[in-house]
Amino acid sequence: MDKPIAIELKHITKTFGAKVVANKDVTMDLRKGEILSILGENGSGKTTLMNMLAGIYYPDEGKIFVNGEEATIKNPKDAFRYKIGMIHQHFKLVDVFTAADNVILGEKMPEYSVRKEYSRLQKKYSEQFREIRSQEKDYIEKGGKRFSKEHDDLIRKEARIVTRAAIHMGSLGWIKLWKHAKFNHLSRYRVQTLQKIVDTYGFELDLSKKIYEMSVSEKQTVEIIKVLYRGADVLILDEPTAVLTPQEIKKLFDVLRKMRENGKSIVIITHKLNEVMEISDRVAVLRKGEHIATVLTSETNEKQLTEMMVGKKVDLNIDRKDPVDPKPRLFISHMTVLNKDGRRAVDDVSFTINGGEILGIAGISGNGQKELLEGIAGLQKVQNGEVIFHNPKKDKPVTFYHKSLKKIKAMAEEGFFHYPNGEKVDLKGKKKKEIVRLVNEEQILFYEDEIINLKHKSPREIQQLGIKLSFVPEDRLNMGLVGNMSIVDNMALRSYRKGRSIFVNKKKPKSLADKVIQELEVVTPSDMTPVRRLSGGNVQKVLVGREISSSPKVLMAAYPVRGLDINSSYLIYNLLNRQKEKNVAVVFVGEDLDVLLALSDRILVLSGGKVAGIVDARSVTKEEVGLMMTKKQEETEKEETENA
Amino acid sequence: MFISFLHNAIRFSTIFMYGSTGETLTERSGHLNLGTPGTMCLGALGGFLGVRIYLDSVASSGQMNGFLAVFIPILFALLFGACAGLLYSFFTVTLRCNQNVTGLTLTTFGIGLSNFVGSSINNTGFSAVSIFFRTGFVTKTNPNAFENLFLTYGALVYLAIILAIAVAVILRHTRIGLNVRAVGENPATADAAGINVTAYRYVSTIIGSAISGLGGLFYIMDYIGGNWQYAIDAFGWLAVALVIFTIWQSDLGILGAILFGALYVAPNYINTGTAGYIKELIKMLPYIITIVVLIITSIFGSRKAQPPAGLGLNYFREER
Repeated sequence: MDKPIAIELKHITKTFGAKVVANKDVTMDLRKGEILSILGENGSGKTTLMNMLAGIYYPDEGKIFVNGEEATIKNPKDAFRYKIGMIHQHFKLVDVFTAADNVILGEKMPEYSVRKEYSRLQKKYSEQFREIRSQEKDYIEKGGKRFSKEHDDLIRKEARIVTRAAIHMGSLGWIKLWKHAKFNHLSRYRVQTLQKIVDTYGFELDLSKKIYEMSVSEKQTVEIIKVLYRGADVLILDEPTAVLTPQEIKKLFDVLRKMRENGKSIVIITHKLNEVMEISDRVAVLRKGEHIATVLTSETNEKQLTEMMVGKKVDLNIDRKDPVDPKPRLFISHMTVLNKDGRRAVDDVSFTINGGEILGIAGISGNGQKELLEGIAGLQKVQNGEVIFHNPKKDKPVTFYHKSLKKIKAMAEEGFFHYPNGEKVDLKGKKKKEIVRLVNEEQILFYEDEIINLKHKSPREIQQLGIKLSFVPEDRLNMGLVGNMSIVDNMALRSYRKGRSIFVNKKKPKSLADKVIQELEVVTPSDMTPVRRLSGGNVQKVLVGREISSSPKVLMAAYPVRGLDINSSYLIYNLLNRQKEKNVAVVFVGEDLDVLLALSDRILVLSGGKVAGIVDARSVTKEEVGLMMTKKQEETEKEETENA
Repeated sequence: MFISFLHNAIRFSTIFMYGSTGETLTERSGHLNLGTPGTMCLGALGGFLGVRIYLDSVASSGQMNGFLAVFIPILFALLFGACAGLLYSFFTVTLRCNQNVTGLTLTTFGIGLSNFVGSSINNTGFSAVSIFFRTGFVTKTNPNAFENLFLTYGALVYLAIILAIAVAVILRHTRIGLNVRAVGENPATADAAGINVTAYRYVSTIIGSAISGLGGLFYIMDYIGGNWQYAIDAFGWLAVALVIFTIWQSDLGILGAILFGALYVAPNYINTGTAGYIKELIKMLPYIITIVVLIITSIFGSRKAQPPAGLGLNYFREER
């Protein structure tokens, strides 16, 4: 408590729109030469709070004090002025530039005012001129001869001054341009200053390397140097370790400690408890936008921090019925999916999804949820393992309708059709229509291949196999819907291949759109409104409505209530529950633990792409799930080996 | 004969050297300006008007001042080109229109307007002005090889080479160039670094278009000697192809332009006898070479040889 205060936040409140409160009355401080962790769940307002220091957002209420003086930070430039620099999760770097070029990009142009320079030169040259003039006068007064050699010299000098002044003052604009252009902007001096920063803090970086040749950790280093080069005293790092390997994290922490020794204040936004304990001096805990407490790291432990982070259980009154006769629908075994960088985003995951049950997936975002769902849906390549879809016998034969009569008969001979008492069916002389009717009325039972491996199948193939799998992706407007198309056209996206006409049948999508609008209370001017123009909640309703309408066997929803207000959220919860009652296997990826606990039947906790545990949602506590989410990967592995 | 072939190739290459220099600068700032053919037409029209205005202001052709006779049309060509650039940036930056659509519209507009007005301008006395355009350092009737290759061109040929080198140096070695490239590569990053993206895009496009405009002027007043002709836009497309061919480096553009020029004038030096189609086939080569270069650069994907990452994309801050 002896270190002086660098930044103080007083009663900061920030809201987005009318309903979403990102930060509520936050009062905290940051001291010089300390590392402060800001800890909180997803959506607890950590990043928003720090963005207000970095000038990305402006607080609705409250004041910020920098070094004891009130500061107004309206844009990133202001933040630089107060020596605050933020390193965002998404790097802002130009790929084809070298590290050095990126660091000096946008550095202020040298000050050069043509008008000032003009008056300075005017003064300078007129003084010189006056001096010579008075010399000349003296010379004449003292009886010197006009047109003598001495007099000539003086006159020549005068003329020279006038010419020089004219040329100099006339070319000021060019001089300014020249100075701004600054030939050889990467002079030896500049690289030396940069190299000095690199050496002082022990970074490992080649400044002449291009960004596109760099690893993520090197890119992060460039961002940090960029901030340091502009003279920042306060560094804010937004989840700096999310993209790094353990070795890289160690290096980063060494650098951060060196910065602390140099008197810089460092803020780390994170939700990894072990890192908090390792690096920080103090921890500020945020929950749902509110500042819970700031504690000294040495006086706390992981359990206490988790409790502060997740808080007491909140009763949400979600109408959850016990699952009726859950039967396995999807078996996932040893599934591995790689992400863009070739790292294992989903690592050897095995679990079962049951029909008539909601499986919640908990985990800090970016721990493999997205890749897991996309792997199942056929959108990402499953590197290893199996995805097996299990279709119970009683279901009606979807693949049966579009088969020709000849094929159906061939199938009958292979023994696909049975009477309820188990006798084989003879289809001779029956027409296709009749067969379909009999099957639909369950006078004849149809046995289909019950087990289908979905691995290496595209979404289209999965659909053609007659497996109904619905996916409500995280990125609604890019993956789920086409923003510029109307609600009707978006509905048609799922069904336009049906039918034989070369024209798209718009009647069914239209009636479906109207049904969705009516049932889900979508607020829209008409069913022809481009989806892009709807609000977030309504977009989500359209998407969920469409996916549910195809009466899927499996419904997967990733963050379906993100950005939605309370009422819309409950509507979505109820929709998911209704699907569950229809014996659909529902997978729900959520970030709010309260909701996960209240909605799901079972919860699968992901940590670092691995299953940290599958728990019963009715008996587990929030703290337990929270601890599982934040558990270090090595611990998980250790436990696994111990269990084995 | 070879010297005269090279001489003609260099002279011819000037037309699209201007176009490609201007277009390189524009594209480096992130604007895919497909309006270059139209811009060159408008530049030619501006030059044509400039010559007319200058001729009307002197009493007789004997009183003409060689410097002014060249300088005033250049000024007009620059002005017309800059106006086209301003129009383009206004549409794409301020109104956020699609860049391709805007560019193609500008081309159609430029060709139409310039042909409509240009062909109705009285061009008596233009051939006399054209002589000033064509005057080089050496005016002998029988220059030796060195002089023929280096000293006998009109002022605009030298200006084209100087501009191409200047643009390359500015882009590569100066602070302003760094900023232009940053705006073209990743406008969001440039914006975050405090660079005024709007201003940089406007200014680069306007200057680039002004430079392109000179290409049209050169063709009209120097190459064909003061007649209005309807073929300028073809060279505009060649200039756009040249930018790709030279992988967005305007100094390489000099060599590329000379190669294109050589391929374009080569048919006149080849005796093909009755097989006249061979000439046409050779004239086709620049486009084929460009396609080949595109294929090669995309297969061997060196990051240095790629177009600016932000090319063709409009930037506005609120969209993430």
